[in-house]
Amino acid sequence: MPSSIKPVTQPSASSLSQEPLLRVEDLKAYFFMDEGTVRAVDGVSFDVFPGKVVGIVGESGCGKSVTMKAILQILEPSAKIISGKVTLRSRFNSLDPDSPEELVELTGLHPDSRKIRKIRGSEIALIPQEPMAAFSPVYTVGNHIIETILLHQDVSKQEARQIAIDVFRSVGISMPEQRIDSYSWELSGGLRQRAIIAMALSCNPRLLIADEPTTAIDVTTQAQILKLLRKLQEERQTSIIFITHDLGVIAQMADEVVVMYLGMVMEKGPVHTIFKDAKHPYTQALLRSIPSVQSTPRLKLPTIAGSIAHPFNRPAGCPFHPRCKHFMRGVCDASQPALAPIAEGHFVSCFLYSSESMSPVATGRQAVPATENNP
Amino acid sequence: MLRYILQRLLLIPVLLFLFSVMVFALVQAPPGDYLTSYIATLSSSGSSLDQAEIEALKAQFGLDQPVYIQYVRWIQSLLRGKLGLSLEYQRPNVELIAERIGLTLVLALSAFVFTWIVAIPLGIYSATHRNTLLDYLTTVLNYIGVATPNFMLALILMWWAYSQFGLSVTGLFSREFEQAPWSFAKVIDLLKHIWVPMIVIGMAGTARLTRVMRANLLDELNKPYMTSGRARGLSEWQLVMKYPVRLAINPLASTIGWYLPEIFSGSLIVATVMNLQNIGPLLLRSLINQDMYLAGSILLIYCFLAIIGTLLSDILLAWLDPRIRMEKT
Ligand SMILES: Nc1ncnc2c1ncn2[C@@H]1O[C@H](COP(=O)(O)OP(=O)(O)OP(=O)(O)O)[C@@H](O)[C@H]1O
Ligand code: SF4
Ligand SMILES: [Mg+2]
Repeated sequence: MPSSIKPVTQPSASSLSQEPLLRVEDLKAYFFMDEGTVRAVDGVSFDVFPGKVVGIVGESGCGKSVTMKAILQILEPSAKIISGKVTLRSRFNSLDPDSPEELVELTGLHPDSRKIRKIRGSEIALIPQEPMAAFSPVYTVGNHIIETILLHQDVSKQEARQIAIDVFRSVGISMPEQRIDSYSWELSGGLRQRAIIAMALSCNPRLLIADEPTTAIDVTTQAQILKLLRKLQEERQTSIIFITHDLGVIAQMADEVVVMYLGMVMEKGPVHTIFKDAKHPYTQALLRSIPSVQSTPRLKLPTIAGSIAHPFNRPAGCPFHPRCKHFMRGVCDASQPALAPIAEGHFVSCFLYSSESMSPVATGRQAVPATENNP
Repeated sequence: MLRYILQRLLLIPVLLFLFSVMVFALVQAPPGDYLTSYIATLSSSGSSLDQAEIEALKAQFGLDQPVYIQYVRWIQSLLRGKLGLSLEYQRPNVELIAERIGLTLVLALSAFVFTWIVAIPLGIYSATHRNTLLDYLTTVLNYIGVATPNFMLALILMWWAYSQFGLSVTGLFSREFEQAPWSFAKVIDLLKHIWVPMIVIGMAGTARLTRVMRANLLDELNKPYMTSGRARGLSEWQLVMKYPVRLAINPLASTIGWYLPEIFSGSLIVATVMNLQNIGPLLLRSLINQDMYLAGSILLIYCFLAIIGTLLSDILLAWLDPRIRMEKT
């Protein structure tokens, strides 16, 4: 068994509550287009434990959003999940704190099936990347939220409205009774972001996926939103997958960190390990590119020498090798390093630490040119 | 919003005045007048008028007056609600138009309903099942529909119905009902006939509307709020019906603007080819005979409906789209 699909931590007890809330194993999702195949997600594994925040970092285009869409099975029609398994501990009744649970394999469900639709929004909620577009411009924000509540809870329209107003208040929106009837384009950036968070929380999900929730807003508001998320997370013990370019935000928010590059996990581990003792050359480069804490304006995009490979033309071997300072000819470009444990809960995919490469089957698949569909 | 509508309403008389001048100028433009064409008709049938009779008729019709006087007289009668006197029929134009307006409306509205009932679902299906066999088929049919002139389709259908079933599909009534007073049987007879012109008149519009609907919807289907909706647990069907369809309908509302005058004009060529007793042939005949007050009145009503239609479209759009509504307050 390739080590990349081992869980981060072995559950110490056999009881379900010690199991990860969400387990992603060797997930692969490709886009099949006329120009060729884009391997947007190419073998991603990580676990999310109850009440924990997993930060996912990586440069633009490394497949963070596609991974999330694949988990929720809301990929575009041109994309397919090639392999992998996503398992969720799902409550039978999301409103009951002692609700019995079952393990649901999300990858085994049809994308438009009733079962996965019930999970979306009520068990796993998404804070999408483009805050402007989360709401349709022709319906009020309240309309969207009430719609979601009615979909997942057995309440009347009046009650749903009251729930929406309450959740608006809990995310710090003043005058929630009025604001609920505004259109998204009437709200300021900060308020809109709060409304989106309110919508995501309206059905009491146990897992929140926040896809760069603060990129579109100014620094002050950004800090407020992060504080709010942290507060809500602590109050409700919600697990969060927090996606960002910004390692500074990761340091504030996350318990665990997953570093992605070209659709693959380069390194993952507890947040203090990653910041104190990063092993992978890519992670180290990312950390070096963060300006010191004193200099206020933080660069969103870390600058690392070289550019990201074209999605159709992925380097063979270690995906990072064209940019790596420690590149070893004949090793790093020959095969792909496996994600191997080097300490308790700390995994690295680099030949500097382990000679283990991907299993032959997987390597064989890697060798297929990315442009196989292109005549 | 109210102020905006009021402004637009105040503009209507000004526009109507401008249009009336233009329409009158256009109807006047061909050489000769009603009498010249009347005399030509008479002489082709062998009879003729002497000079005195001609002068008398000229005076009676006001054709001896300068053009601007003729215009003023027409406008006066317009304002009195009479729309002037038809030179050919020697009856008030209002009556002539009123006789045909019922059938015109029935025909046009049925074509309109046919268009929407077919085009909207077909457009939605085509967009949501993009690049499937049925989508391709729809696209091909749409091209044919847009490219075929409707009088041609009329001729083909007429020939086909006649050669296959010995049926005459022209007109809106069977011979025995043509002059009969309205009765239940006559309505049934109308329904038996109306579907052919309905399809003929509605076809091009259906094809166009399907294409517009499909394109609008394809735009909307890729919007990020769709992803957000899916992530909240809405089913594809709920999602498509609530969000993109709602937005895709907006541009369709603007087509009402030009559809309203279309309805009134009664598809001139098709109606003539298929012998439908609506406004179309009346307008054609009045133009050929230089019955200028009748032609002018019909054209002016046409302009009026175009103005009203545009206004209705705007109001409808504002009502459908809150962004426009806010802008115009
Ligand atoms: N609809 C699509 N069609 C084709 N390729 C796509 C599509 N969406 C994403 N991709 C490709 O998949 C890869 C991963 O994209 P993804 O959106 O997951 O990146 P990301 O890590 O979220 O980046 P960002 O930080 O900019 O949001 C990219 O190479 C992108 O070009
Ligand atoms: S495997 Fe080689 S190229 Fe890749 S990160 Fe490690 S040292 Fe660099
Ligand atoms: Mg993204």
